[in-house]
Amino acid sequence: MTITKLLAGAALALGLAGAAGAADDKTRVGFIYVGPIGDGGYTFEHNQGRLAVEEHFGDKVETVYRESVPEGADAERAITEMALKGADLIFTTSFGFMDATIAVAKKFPEVKFEHATGYKTAPNVSTYSARFYEGRAVQGLIAGRMTKSNIVGYIASYPIPEVIRGINAAFIHARKANPDVEFKIVWAYTWFDPAKEADAAQALIEQGADVILQHTDSTAPHAAAEKAGGIATFGQASDMAEYAPFPRVSSIIDNWAPYYIARTQAVMDGTWQSHEVWQGIGDGMVEIGEITDAVPADVKADALALTAAIGSGAYHPFTGPLRRQDGSGWLAAGEVADDPTLLGMDFFVEGLTGEIPQ
Amino acid sequence: MLRLERRPQPSRLWACATPPLAVAITMIAGTALFAALGKDPVAALRTIFWEPLFGEFAFYYRPQMLQKGAPLILIAIGLSLGFRAGIWNIGAEGQYIAGALAGAGVGLAFYPLDAWYIFPLMVAAGALGGWAWAMIPALLKIRFGTNEILVSLMLVYVAEQLLAQMSLGTLKNPEGMGFPGSRNLQDYAAAHNAEIVAGTGIHWGVVAALISVIWAHVLLQHHILGFHVRLAGQAPRAARFAGVRPSRMVLFCLGTAGALAGLAGMFEVSGPSGQIGIDFNVGYGFTAIIVAFLGRLSPLGILLAGMLMALTYIGGEIAQSDLSLPAAAIRVFQGMLLFFLLAVDLLTNYRLRPRVAEAAR
Repeated sequence: MTITKLLAGAALALGLAGAAGAADDKTRVGFIYVGPIGDGGYTFEHNQGRLAVEEHFGDKVETVYRESVPEGADAERAITEMALKGADLIFTTSFGFMDATIAVAKKFPEVKFEHATGYKTAPNVSTYSARFYEGRAVQGLIAGRMTKSNIVGYIASYPIPEVIRGINAAFIHARKANPDVEFKIVWAYTWFDPAKEADAAQALIEQGADVILQHTDSTAPHAAAEKAGGIATFGQASDMAEYAPFPRVSSIIDNWAPYYIARTQAVMDGTWQSHEVWQGIGDGMVEIGEITDAVPADVKADALALTAAIGSGAYHPFTGPLRRQDGSGWLAAGEVADDPTLLGMDFFVEGLTGEIPQ
Repeated sequence: MLRLERRPQPSRLWACATPPLAVAITMIAGTALFAALGKDPVAALRTIFWEPLFGEFAFYYRPQMLQKGAPLILIAIGLSLGFRAGIWNIGAEGQYIAGALAGAGVGLAFYPLDAWYIFPLMVAAGALGGWAWAMIPALLKIRFGTNEILVSLMLVYVAEQLLAQMSLGTLKNPEGMGFPGSRNLQDYAAAHNAEIVAGTGIHWGVVAALISVIWAHVLLQHHILGFHVRLAGQAPRAARFAGVRPSRMVLFCLGTAGALAGLAGMFEVSGPSGQIGIDFNVGYGFTAIIVAFLGRLSPLGILLAGMLMALTYIGGEIAQSDLSLPAAAIRVFQGMLLFFLLAVDLLTNYRLRPRVAEAAR
């Protein structure tokens, strides 16, 4: 027997074993991540969701994941590979995977797909996203009350609606709490780059910011703030509790676990249907991490009250009267922003300085 | 103890033997790496090198290898000419971006017109875009004597900024709800670099890569220009006596490399990738440097090296999902390949001798 034949035989045996593995009644759930699972932020939380699915269903599910997947052709291959290998449900957890998800979904009509933060759906593709701006409003309130220099720094990633919405929500509530507050914004053009994020934090601190908000995923800004001293920060995507009680005074936590469990259950029950969901504090997809004792008690009480009001639906963070940055009207008194406007938000609200890069 | 002794002539035997040897050492070191990570090293190596070619899903992976290998080969062929002539273009990644932007820009300018000439125009624009980007370090070098390594490398970061700006501004999809990224060219038939035969993975970029290999081979073996390229690298003084003008050589080598990298970017954006986005470039321009050296700067060697690199990419991805190997481990594995290649390359120019003789002297 030649070596080739031997190897071919071994490969065939392994292939059959693989096929047998796929044929049992386990539900296979795949996850495509944009960053490394150890980023301590965005991808970390998605992976926590995956682990929660495993824990909840035990032997009834098998999960697979791929981390640090680049956008474009590589993403398409990664998703195709999971579908080929018998995944029943695939979560693609970053906006950049949108077209790849749609393309693969066309080829695998039996497989269900869930794309995070996008806007394209298909009969077997759902979209899901979190109303992070609800958490930003609470952060804005705390930031506005805590700043002594009246300068709040903001590390923004890319000038896309998601990020602009967060800046607006935070600013509106910071101004409400403190009419003298100013925002300084640095565009980092990255979701995860500890070195760049640390530089951005340093630049903001030098410009006088004593509270820093971030829409990037690493803990580097916290480390920079800790080094500088007296600068408050907020955890992003994940709790980042290792920097509590100070500089990290609170956080926005993305809690994907309930959604991932519910959608896996739906696939098991055969009740899965394509939908578009956008869930916030009320649904538990957005959580406010512990507000530490570094925050004055009355500020903490107000922040918790705001969280409760948003969660119950009694208050919407974008409630008029609100004007656009150029002074033109947007929302009349008592009017609440509609979802399409929020989803495509490409303007700053009145009072913010600087321009959105184009 | 051993000492190194310079060979009077570079060893032909070792020049051919070092790439396979480097691959072999990488496999051994990889075995140690995977074992240290608590994975079965045999399974890991089998997954990386066997699964894409002969595994259960090889029908899907083989075409993917062509698509992954084509841009690497196309770029590496261009780079190899310069590297042979002693002109160090490290900025192919930027030229790749410039070509993609130019090609996609021309295609999108015609949207939604359906005409046969759109795709050929995009090809020309892609090559021109990459060429123009490479002309910046070339002209600066000729005119002011700047270092092309630094200038071409720095221009990568400039190109990345330009890419971000285009994704967020000029080329942004008007129907994209304000999100960054251009229209998807896969949905625009006249501009789509589709597979020539469905399911084979062969698109025009793969064809172009093959043509470039043949072209470079003929150029280097049978054309006076190819002789000058080799001469300029091996004996710059002799080259000058032979009438080779250094500035022309710079223009030719950087220009060719830029045009080929631009073509690679254009075929990628109009085909497998589909759209201009902030993170469009995934490092082909840098990986192609490894491919060029792994292939001994010879066209046929680059063809093989490009496919080997594509294999480790695809196989590495499979190992990630099947064996839960971290993405970083695969990158380390690929990095080791270049590291060991450069290390064993020493044997081409030097030989090992026992140290005894020197001590006695």
